[in-house]
Order: sequence, then structure tokens, then C-alpha cells
Amino acid sequence: MENYIVEMRNITKEFPGIIANDNITLNLKKGEVHALLGENGAGKSTLMSVLFGLYKAEKGEIIINGKAVNINNPNDANALGIGMVHQHFKLVEVFTVLENIILGVEPISKGFLDKSQARKKIIELSERYGLKVNPDALIEDISVGMQQRVEIIKMLYRENEILIFDEPTAVLTPQEIKDLLKIMRGLAEEGKSILFITHKLNEIMALADRCTVLRKGKCIGTVDVKDTTKEELSKMMVGRDISFSIEKEKMETGDVVLSVQNVTVASKLHKNNAVKNVSFDVRAGEIVCLAGIDGNGQTEFVSALTGLEKTNEGTMLLCGQDITKASIRQRSITGMSHIPEDRHKHGLILDYTLEENLVLQRYWQPEFQKNGFIRFNEVRQYAEGLIERFDVRSSQGPISVARSMSGGNQQKAILAREIDKKHELLVAVQPTRGLDVGAIEYVHKQLVARRDAGKAVFLVSLELEEVMNVSDRILVIYEGEIVGELDPKETNMQELGLYMSGAKRNTGKESHNAE
Amino acid sequence: MQNKNSSKRQFRFNAHSLTHSKGFSSFSSALMAILLGLIFGFIIMIIAAPGNAISGFSYVVFGGLSRIGDVFYFATPILMTGLAVGFAFKMGLFNIGASGQYTMGMYFALYVGFMWDLPGELHWIVAIIAGMVGGMLFGLIPGIFKALLNVNEVITSIMFNYIGMYLVDMLIQGNAIMYSSPTSRTRYLPINAKIPSLGIQGSNVNLGIILAVLIGIILYIVLQKTTFGYELKATGFNKYASDYAGMRGKRNIILTMAIAGGLAGLGGAFFILAPTAITGSSMTYEPINIIAANGFNGIAVALLGHSHPIGIIFSSIFVSHIQRGGTLTSLVGYKPEIIDVVIAVIIYFSAFAMIMNAALSGFVKNRLLKKNEASKDSEPDIKEAE
Repeated sequence: MENYIVEMRNITKEFPGIIANDNITLNLKKGEVHALLGENGAGKSTLMSVLFGLYKAEKGEIIINGKAVNINNPNDANALGIGMVHQHFKLVEVFTVLENIILGVEPISKGFLDKSQARKKIIELSERYGLKVNPDALIEDISVGMQQRVEIIKMLYRENEILIFDEPTAVLTPQEIKDLLKIMRGLAEEGKSILFITHKLNEIMALADRCTVLRKGKCIGTVDVKDTTKEELSKMMVGRDISFSIEKEKMETGDVVLSVQNVTVASKLHKNNAVKNVSFDVRAGEIVCLAGIDGNGQTEFVSALTGLEKTNEGTMLLCGQDITKASIRQRSITGMSHIPEDRHKHGLILDYTLEENLVLQRYWQPEFQKNGFIRFNEVRQYAEGLIERFDVRSSQGPISVARSMSGGNQQKAILAREIDKKHELLVAVQPTRGLDVGAIEYVHKQLVARRDAGKAVFLVSLELEEVMNVSDRILVIYEGEIVGELDPKETNMQELGLYMSGAKRNTGKESHNAE
Repeated sequence: MQNKNSSKRQFRFNAHSLTHSKGFSSFSSALMAILLGLIFGFIIMIIAAPGNAISGFSYVVFGGLSRIGDVFYFATPILMTGLAVGFAFKMGLFNIGASGQYTMGMYFALYVGFMWDLPGELHWIVAIIAGMVGGMLFGLIPGIFKALLNVNEVITSIMFNYIGMYLVDMLIQGNAIMYSSPTSRTRYLPINAKIPSLGIQGSNVNLGIILAVLIGIILYIVLQKTTFGYELKATGFNKYASDYAGMRGKRNIILTMAIAGGLAGLGGAFFILAPTAITGSSMTYEPINIIAANGFNGIAVALLGHSHPIGIIFSSIFVSHIQRGGTLTSLVGYKPEIIDVVIAVIIYFSAFAMIMNAALSGFVKNRLLKKNEASKDSEPDIKEAE
């Protein structure tokens, strides 16, 4: 028998109405990087929560270093050398890095806090593992990637041997992801054992030694990463073949649907404008993608375009009408649908039922209300129709509370609502964020179907692959300016990357006018 | 409610959707709170005076039954202020200014009652409407501050409690038609200005309670069935998503605060325009610079009723019931303050009981869910969902 540091045997965890983990066995070798792969709602986080003591499994046993253990809470887990970096960091924003790291295990000498001892240890750890942090910086002042490094040092400071990462790359920029993967590799080489939850296949191929795949609460199998391929893993995860490239026919573009002219938007964070003098058109029957690294003005531009924030200068025409100062409702009536960046903040009312959410943009239309009274039978029928057509899954159909649905199905609900609403322009902002490959494929197909139906699609994306595969035309935004207009068929990811990082630029005006 | 609709349409889901509804869990947690509060209250009574605890406690629990008219009369104002707090809370606004709105409503009603000469039946009706307008005014102003200048409604409405109270006390003391210096109270109202009595012997109970219950039911319909209610709750749950959906947030804030103020103002009118048990007399107000307790009791009532209009109807009657019972404990030597302690404990436990309730109703739901699953397979998605 091999030398396992963690053995989780036949773990079963049930929630009301659902078996989240069904007889799952997972073994972690000492010093390996072990990926846990699965779709949203496959039970990955539940399994890790069982290991970390946040949930108690109904059946099964956990063996650490050959001894059966009982983990009732995170403190037990810590005592056994298990540490976890959560997807949403657990840091005190107004404390310094050092204070956060020692929180709960403060070194004390003669009854007083002894920070110098802690500082020495932190600097030593950060040098040993290549984790650059400034112990005296406030958490609220440092970047997300840096905050994550603080979480990692927190685990190392507690001398944890088993490190759990819950979707660690979801919040990071491409450069930060590269750094993180290097750090994780380094940790494994130093003898730490790493479990990391993900649904990004590229990261598994690049980093992991072995990978366990979960699907709908069941363990599909554990494979050696060097003996497998991306395609095979995705098939294990989703249960069918997934196409990574999107098939689309060539389309003739039609009239200009959206015309943006010299738009400038102020920033809320700093004195400079977030969006500077941006102009472009989107025509019927094309997908125009606004590509760029996060924080280059995309969010501000979309807020101005959709009416959530004011536009400072310039004009925007939708279907020939000036919408620069129009209310959100007017824009919606004129023909704008909007799949928002943050589906929990803007896209859904999580405490409303699915059917109530499906009419969020339309409840005021005569179809769904009469004299101010909502026509609940019509709403129900409409919701049932959409649920059927878009295959939105939930525990109780139209009356499921949106909060109880999985991320992929929440996104499907938003998609269904925005696509079924009368529109000429579909604004989709990072529509695949946080989704698994199956759901991503579905979203991409829907976007292409909108284009094929002769609608204009304006896509904002941070994912290079998505930008290259889905769009008909790429606009690159860098520090609030459009620095390039590219044809995905005539460019490649390297070139796109250069534009996105500001190393290369063309104004795009010439080719634009020639159209 | 949609849940009820569905149980009508799909009869076999009846129990299932009932236990899943929010109402079920609110109701069971309110009951739990009441139970725990009463037990704790009993313990306090034992500590205070062991010998009389049982007779005192039975006054608390059953005493109100012998004074059912008064129970309903004193329930009226806290029902209205409870609705004023609960309704605003549905939109995510904490209307702590119900006292000021209540006081203004009372003053406007009194003013019309004393100063206006109106024919017969019309008099008390106009006085009630005036009360509503007075309350609305004091809800509207914090609403406008909140909507247009983003000033926290808690701060403005607390300040308006003081402004309203001192203003009203000043105006009443300066008006000889309304105020009688020897008694240092307002005079008895003209006969036509009084809301018709319900004729229960020895109590002040009047048509106000019936109107208040009706208003509660209307609010329930507004919240559950109308587009305005849909917008209001949506804004309360998630302000950003309601903006995204193009709802007019500012207008809705102002409207909600005005309605909430109007409700509290009606509470003041219903309370003060009451005939008393003695023929020819009426309720009077004593301007002694104290903020109306009925406003704050409204917060307690709204919490216990989980801000649900129907829940608030019952919680106001319950609170009034034990308050009336509590006054009777003085017959066996208890201070009437003891009942305030018991009420405070009940409210305290209503937050605590939410946790207890999650465990209890979760258990009931599970049992029903499993039965449902076993008996049919028309809902194959249950296991696949998250």
C-alpha cells in the first residue's frame, strides 16, 4: 500500500433533497498536487468542507497519516495540519498583513504581543517559498493576488502540511495565475501536500500530479495527469464530449445597431477618466468583443452603456435613438438586453423565486400585469416555458428560490430572460465567469445563435480563448482607450496579449471607416 | 401568494409547498419566540415573588381575555405603527420614526376634531384622513432626504421623533380650544369627531381596530399581488438588481416612506379619536415631552410579525393581550414593568428562535420532501439541483 497522507474513504454527505457526496473515496499522497475537478454543484466544495471540518459526513471515515480521525470543526483540522484558502478570503481588511497572519496564534511574551518574533518567521517563510508580501501593508490596500499570498502564508505560519485551495485562480489576473501556479509547485516540492478545487482544465494539465473527477456527487475516477488529455478530463467531468471551438457560419452584417461616439466616463476610484474618448459601432449579425485585462475601464464603460452610471461626454445611439441620457428602462424598451458581470449583485434577486426573476425585466408589461396587479398565472406559464426551452434546472421549478440554484443554472435563467426579451442588442459581460465547461459551451452557443438571428452582440470578456473563439471583431481596451481593432481570423493570442498589455497599438480608425 | 397558487394548481404539492413557504417558518419561529419568552418571563416572576408567581403568570397569559375590548383597542395603534415599520422594512428601510409620525397623525386628527366644524359622520372620517396626512408628512421628509441626498433614514427619522413630539406639545399647549390647563391634558372631543364605538361594555374599543385590520389585509395584497409590491420587495432584497431592472428606486423610497408615515399617522388618529367608557368623554393627550411609546412598540410588533402584514395583525393583538394581562399582575403585587421585561424577552427570542426554527422546520420539511419524492417521480430534477 502506498503512503497516503490523507485518505477519505466512502464519504457520503446528504443535504435536504440532494446527495452532495455519494460514497466518495479520495487519497492524497505526500508531496503531490492533487486536483479535484467537477462541474458547478458536483460536490467538490462539500467534500473539502468535510475534510476541513465545516460539515460532518453521514458515512465514511477520514484517515490522516494512517490514523482515523474525527474532524468536527476547522480547529480540529488545523491541529491535524490541514489549512484551507477559501475562494473568498477570510481576512480582516483594516489589519496589516502581519496581524492577519498571526490572528488566533498570536505570539506572546510576558503577556504582551510579540510582533518581532512573528515578523522574523513571516519574512523567512516568504523568502523560502517565494511569496512576496509586505508585512506592514494593510489588507485593503493590496491586490487580490497579494491577499491570496497572505492566506497561503497564514497556512504555512501554522505549519500546515495539507493545503486545500478552493478555486484559487478564479479571482486572479493571468499574470497572477502564472505566479500562483509556480508558488504551488514550489510548495509541493518542499513536501507540502496540496488539494486544489478547480474546473479549469489548463491549470490541471500545467500543475497537478493526479486528478480526481466528481460528477453529480459521485466519484468518476482518479487519473494520473501525465497519462490523460484535456478532452478526456472534460468528458469525465461532464459525461459527454465537449467541443472547445465554436462552430459558426459566416454572417453578413446588417445595419448599425449600436453607435458609440467619443464616450468618456469618469472613474470612481481615481481622478482620471476610466473610459477615454471611445468610439465604435456594433452591427446587426456580428459579435463584437471588448477584450482587455480586468480594470482597464470595461466595467465603467458597460455601466455607462447600460445606464447604471452617467456618461460624462459623448453620445450613444441605439437603433438610431440617442440613449446617452435615457433611463435604464428606456434603454431596455429601445432594445437593449444586458447580461451583467455580477449575477448576484445585478442579475438576480436571490431571495425571489425563479419565476419572479424571469420576469424581472418584463413584470410591468401588459402581458404580466393588469391595473398594477401581477398576473401570476401568466407569469407561471411564461416561466415554465422558459425553463423548458433553456433547460434551467432547479429543485422546485418556477417556485425555487434563486439562491438555492447552482451558478450555472442561475446564469441560464439570466440568459433566458435577456434573450427572450425583445432586443436588438445583447450586452454580455463576462457571461461565462465561474461556469464549468459544459455551461460555457452552452452560453457560447446561445451568443452565436443570437448573432445568427440577426441581433447585435456586444461581449466583454477577460478570457483570451473566449475572445478568440466567439467574436467576429475584437476591440482591445487598455487604460480606458481602444488601442486596437482586430479580426480574430487574422490575429493570434500572442498579438492580442501584446495589445491587452499596452505594448502595441493601432487606432483602428482606418479599418473601421473602411467598413 | 404564489406558493398558495401552486398548491391550488398542483394539489399534491400542497403540504410540500406550504412547509416551504416563508410564512410557515416565520410563524413557527414566532411561536417559538413567544413560548421561550413566556417561560423566561415566568422564571423572572418566580425570582421576583415566588409565592404569587403562578397566579401572576396566569394573569399575564389569560388576563387579557376578560378585557378583550381593551386588548383590541390598545392593539390598534401598535398594529398601525407595526405596519409602518414592517412595510418600510420590506423595502430595506428602517423606519424608526414611527413615533414621530404617530404623534403628528394624532395632532392632525385632534386639530380637525377640535377646530373644524364638519357635519355629522363626516367629521371623524375627515379627522382620520387628516391623521394620515400628518403622518405622511413626517414620513415623506426623511424619504426625500434618503432618496435625493442619501441621508440615512434612521438618523433623520429619529430626529423627526423629537421634532414631532416637541412641536405637537408646543402647539397643543398654546391652543386653548384643545388644551385644558387645569387638567394639563387635551379636552374631550366633540361627539362627532369620535370614531364610533364597537359597544363593548367598559372599553374604548372602536371601529379603528376593524379599519386597521382591513388596512393590514390591503397591505398584504399590495405587497403580494401588485407590481408596486414586487418592486418594493425587489428593492428591499437587492437594491442593485432593482436598479438594473430599471425600477425607479428614488420614487419608490419616497412613496414607501410616505405610506409608512401615513400608516403610523392613522395609528395616532385611531388611538386618540376614541370614545371612552364614560359617556361623553374621549381619550385625551397629555403633552409632557415624552416620545410616544406606541411607535417603538411598533418596531417590536413588526419584528415579532416578521414584517408580514398578516403576521403583524396577530403579533399586535398578542402584544396588546399580554400587556393588558400584565397590568393585572399588580393585583397580586407585581410591578406592571414586569410585563415590559417579558415582552422584551419575547422580541429577543424572536431573533434567537430563527436559528432554533431552522432546525425544527428543516426536520419537518425533510420528512415531507422525502415522502413526496418517494410517492412520485414527476420532479426528476430534485437530485440534480445543486
